[in-house]
Amino acid sequence: MRKLILVTSLLLAVHIALLFTRRSAKAEGKETSSVRIGIVLDVGGRGDKSFNDGAYAGADSATRMLGSNIRFIEPGEGADREAGLRLLAAEGMNLVIGVGFIFTDDLANLAKEYPNTAFAGIDYALATDANGNVIPPPPNVAALKFREEEGSYLVGALAALVGHSKKVGFVGGMDIPLIHKFEAGYRAGVKKVCPDCQIIAQYAGVTPDAFKNPGKGKELALSQYNQGVEVIFHAAGSTGQGVFEAARATNKLAIGVDSDQNDEAPGHVLTSMVKGVNTVTFDAISRVQNHTFKGGIYSFGLKEGGVGYIYDNRNRALIPDSVHARVEELKQEIIAGRIKVPSSR
Amino acid sequence: MNPISFVTQMIRIAIPYLFAASGGVVAERAGIVSLTLEGFMLSGAFAAVLGTNYSGSPWVGVLSGVLGGLIFALIHAVATIRYRADQVVVGVAINLLAIGVTRFFLKLFFASSSNSPRVAGFGGNINMAGFDNPLLWLGIIVAPVMAFVIYKTPFGLRVRAVGEHPDAAESVGVSVKRVRYAAVALSGMLAALGGVYLALDQHQFTDQMTAGRGFIAISAVIFGRWDPIRAALACLLFAAAETLQIQLQGSHAIPSQFIEMIPYALVIIALAGVVGRAIPPAALGRVED
Repeated sequence: MRKLILVTSLLLAVHIALLFTRRSAKAEGKETSSVRIGIVLDVGGRGDKSFNDGAYAGADSATRMLGSNIRFIEPGEGADREAGLRLLAAEGMNLVIGVGFIFTDDLANLAKEYPNTAFAGIDYALATDANGNVIPPPPNVAALKFREEEGSYLVGALAALVGHSKKVGFVGGMDIPLIHKFEAGYRAGVKKVCPDCQIIAQYAGVTPDAFKNPGKGKELALSQYNQGVEVIFHAAGSTGQGVFEAARATNKLAIGVDSDQNDEAPGHVLTSMVKGVNTVTFDAISRVQNHTFKGGIYSFGLKEGGVGYIYDNRNRALIPDSVHARVEELKQEIIAGRIKVPSSR
Repeated sequence: MNPISFVTQMIRIAIPYLFAASGGVVAERAGIVSLTLEGFMLSGAFAAVLGTNYSGSPWVGVLSGVLGGLIFALIHAVATIRYRADQVVVGVAINLLAIGVTRFFLKLFFASSSNSPRVAGFGGNINMAGFDNPLLWLGIIVAPVMAFVIYKTPFGLRVRAVGEHPDAAESVGVSVKRVRYAAVALSGMLAALGGVYLALDQHQFTDQMTAGRGFIAISAVIFGRWDPIRAALACLLFAAAETLQIQLQGSHAIPSQFIEMIPYALVIIALAGVVGRAIPPAALGRVED
């Protein structure tokens, strides 16, 4: 038993020591820039084909175009998220970015401990007080938020115009307000172009597992397609992989989310509602670089290029020109403020 | 609601549960706590995709998936039987290990932390509603087969003996350790088939794709009072609740949260002894000297 404790504590010590290792200065590359940026990725790290890859792409272009000096931390499961942020803040980074709403509380706490460091949270979740007023983030935190409902509105219109069955589907991941935003925008978009269309909206579950359950996603999608739905929009993380699989199996269409998901089922992906995580990351870095960084709430919608939908050579064949023109028209109306897209059900 | 689509969907949803619960029954009847089903399923799912990807044949995938479950089962067996570690603690560790290992190899082999590329799989005929998948038929017969094995074969008798009264079994010359090793290995391979079914039905592996199915299977084992057939019926019941939840959702008649809690509520009721007493195998979880 004593031996076991000894071995365990030894391994623990090595583990902790490794947490503090860093690349040698020689490998750091561009040392010319004095501005140093730290980014903590969400669980999964690089290669998630979504948020983390988006943040990485944004940071990568900042390195190339602005010469920023960027360091990444990929935390494992659980509590070392906060440790990652703290490490970067303690090293005196000029800007520390947390990728994903999950960092919200950690960012808010650390920002108070390091008032001279700039922090940014992608998808930062704003709390509200008892009267429903939004509590602003600490003064050195930029809450980078997306108006997902605007992009969802456009793909909703697209789904209703491309399908012929008067039925469109929606598969959400976890049943929470963040995902309700997608549903609300989607519904409004469908109703705008097809007032008598029926929308079948379903969620994969009420726990975080609901974002990682492709088996459930496939069954939800199959049951919707069986009811006559022709296009399904998913906002469900990897549960959406099951939606694509069902679209393949039944030869119907699905709409991707967050990033261009055409590769998941070529020929069956009508379009994708994309979030410009790369744009937003780049924007935050360039603000720090130009010394124009200010805390507060930043909202990115169609106007700022924070959300959008994919229309390129790979899906052009699925979208008639007249439909594309109509959706572009709606996009301009939203940008001009003539259409207000609801963000809750 | 169309009754045929209800039943076919229920069976498709039940298959992973049926495999995993059969595995759970064997291990628990031998006295080894089966919290590990989730990990066995996940490793089976990943190994199946790996095998299919590099061979192009889903049957090779089935074999490698079973092997993946077997490896994790042997780790579990060595830790709990040879080194007499606490079965619950090792079980939790195995599940976490499976998440980490599959994610690590996902990155290593496929350079992604979310999903593998698409691989070959079974089924795919729209009109067959998934019933052209040979694994689905295997899943349907697995519980009756396991009932036969446990109640009608010498191996089954030994499994039950070491789970109820290991000392008595030992005294008549049965090697408790050997029987338990075999039971845990079998349990790992069966549960892995549940993961294999999931992965080959999706034609890919996604990170943590089993999404708690192993724990539902454990609930089915307990709800079915450690009997293969009753556990299988519990699996079907849970799958029916899930199907109902899928098909009623959107109609807003009943909140989805309510239907989703049905399986868990049933397990609590079962454990509380409302529907007959749930008596686990006497030596379950006990560390033998």
